[in-house]
Amino acid sequence: MTDAAQPLGTPASRRPARRRGPRRDGLLTLYLYGAMILVACIVLVPLLTTALGGFKTLGELRTNPFGLPQEWIWSNYWDILTTERYWRMLGNSLVISSLTAFLTLAAGSMAAFTFAHLRFFGSGALLNYFLLGLMFPAATAVLPLFIRIRDLGLLDTYLGVVLPQVAFGLGMSILLFRNFFRNVPKDLLDAALVDGCGYVRYFWHITLPLSRPILATVGIVSFVNSWNNYILPLILLNTETKYPWPLGMMIYRGEFSTDWHLVLAFVTLTILPTIIVFFAAQKHIVAGLTAGAVKG
Amino acid sequence: MSSLHSVPTTAAAAPTRSRGGARRKGLRRGVWPVLVLFLPPAFLLFTIFVVLPIGEAAWYSLYDWSGYGAPEVFVGLRNYELLFRNPVFLTALKNNLLIIAVSALVQLPLALWLATLVSHRIPGVVAFRLVFFLPYVLADVAAGLIWRFVYDGDYGLLPALASLVGMTAPYVLADRDLAIYAVLAVVVWKYFGFHMMLFIAGLQAIDREIYEAAEIDGASRLQRFRRITLPLLAPTIRLSVFFSVIGSLQLFDMIMPLTAGGPSNSSQTMVTFLYSFGITRMKIGFGSAVGVVLFCICVTFAFFYRRGVMRHD
Repeated sequence: MTDAAQPLGTPASRRPARRRGPRRDGLLTLYLYGAMILVACIVLVPLLTTALGGFKTLGELRTNPFGLPQEWIWSNYWDILTTERYWRMLGNSLVISSLTAFLTLAAGSMAAFTFAHLRFFGSGALLNYFLLGLMFPAATAVLPLFIRIRDLGLLDTYLGVVLPQVAFGLGMSILLFRNFFRNVPKDLLDAALVDGCGYVRYFWHITLPLSRPILATVGIVSFVNSWNNYILPLILLNTETKYPWPLGMMIYRGEFSTDWHLVLAFVTLTILPTIIVFFAAQKHIVAGLTAGAVKG
Repeated sequence: MSSLHSVPTTAAAAPTRSRGGARRKGLRRGVWPVLVLFLPPAFLLFTIFVVLPIGEAAWYSLYDWSGYGAPEVFVGLRNYELLFRNPVFLTALKNNLLIIAVSALVQLPLALWLATLVSHRIPGVVAFRLVFFLPYVLADVAAGLIWRFVYDGDYGLLPALASLVGMTAPYVLADRDLAIYAVLAVVVWKYFGFHMMLFIAGLQAIDREIYEAAEIDGASRLQRFRRITLPLLAPTIRLSVFFSVIGSLQLFDMIMPLTAGGPSNSSQTMVTFLYSFGITRMKIGFGSAVGVVLFCICVTFAFFYRRGVMRHD
């Protein structure tokens, strides 16, 4: 069951390589590396030229979009890093995403716990009710959601973005948690109940500490989804100082639409946190995002 | 609060003190507090922010309403009629179908091919997997903006590449016939890595001995792929198609920085249509009708696909 957290990045086969003619092996290796390098270039060239473009002048960008800059203009980056705007944007994203991840974990794990361990009237129907949320995108209900958030007085607040994000992530998180909880040996719960430990204490002291892998998976998925979310903040926030980074980036691009070198520096700096975290925690992130999707 | 009189902290390790019926009673007693405490947060959030808005969309879609005051001007199904007569919406629908087709016919084979490549045990292969997965973790908006630069007619990479081989590249994003294909290329660029990871996981689950047996029996590489890999990977392929379709139907974020639906509405999708014609013009009724149509398409597809195609998975 813990395979939810098993890294996908392990080699496919642990068996010793089969014996082949050295020439055939050489050709195969050539083909493999050739193809992989080609695709890697298609992935990386836009990203690297974006980062390099941020070091150029606008004039050089026009004549030399691919190569290294003749003169490295650090000030393009430095001027963005020293603005409040950049840090505020990332800060907004961090607050919104952390809150979303935390509330998704809390509400999802508690609900899933009851579905995993208790049979009560209508429990099956209620679970299916939650799983309905897996079938359609948030965009379908975005207008009524706007009206609702407005009527609740939550328009233009972090919470107004966080709560719908949590709600749309619940279906997947409940499913993942429930499948995990059900595989905790039943004897453990029985023993605890006999000893007079209530469900709530059992959940807190036994279930949660045993569930680190799935907590990590659900946490990563809901954090990343929220970090990258664009449509909900676009509709539910209207003060620029509260914008998370995808919105802030679009605003910046609108303001400096002719200064591509600045836009490129800005884009590079805003996706930098994602890239750093991705490479630092790649095993967890790849496994989390794939398992989260497959099992959800 | 839900525990009985004696409360050992390390419940699992404590000695058993079972008296007649204590267990049943304990079960009963504990159940209500848990239900009352654990279910409402999720239930309320989900009902208020997911289920009710869907119902409200169906209701609002019967009105001509700007969002202020109560919806009063009842127009019946007129919003739907307007919608299906709207040429831009029909373009959006067609574009969504095109995105689904490209996801299934281009992206999926590409992802499968790459998954078989990076499943070989050769040095550096793990790094390549990570690089291929990287676009998937970037936000759609960022990917869109980066490719807007790539396609840019004055500063972009594409015109520079074209002039290297002595051609002039058109301004793809400003071309009514090309814009949607430019968007499609970015969709494939961004999402193939995710599908590749699905396939890698699927390939790992196939027993190597089957391949070895087939090789001993003289099966060629292509035969092994067609007779072993494809059939055993079928559940993963079906899952990958499911994600592609649901993802394609909701494509929005990436289009906004690339074309915002233009030029002259040639690259609209259903969600960008909903945004430009419902939200920015505050036509709540009309926009809700778009949402309802999208909802019906998603749910109908999900229902029949899961019942029919994925029945045995």
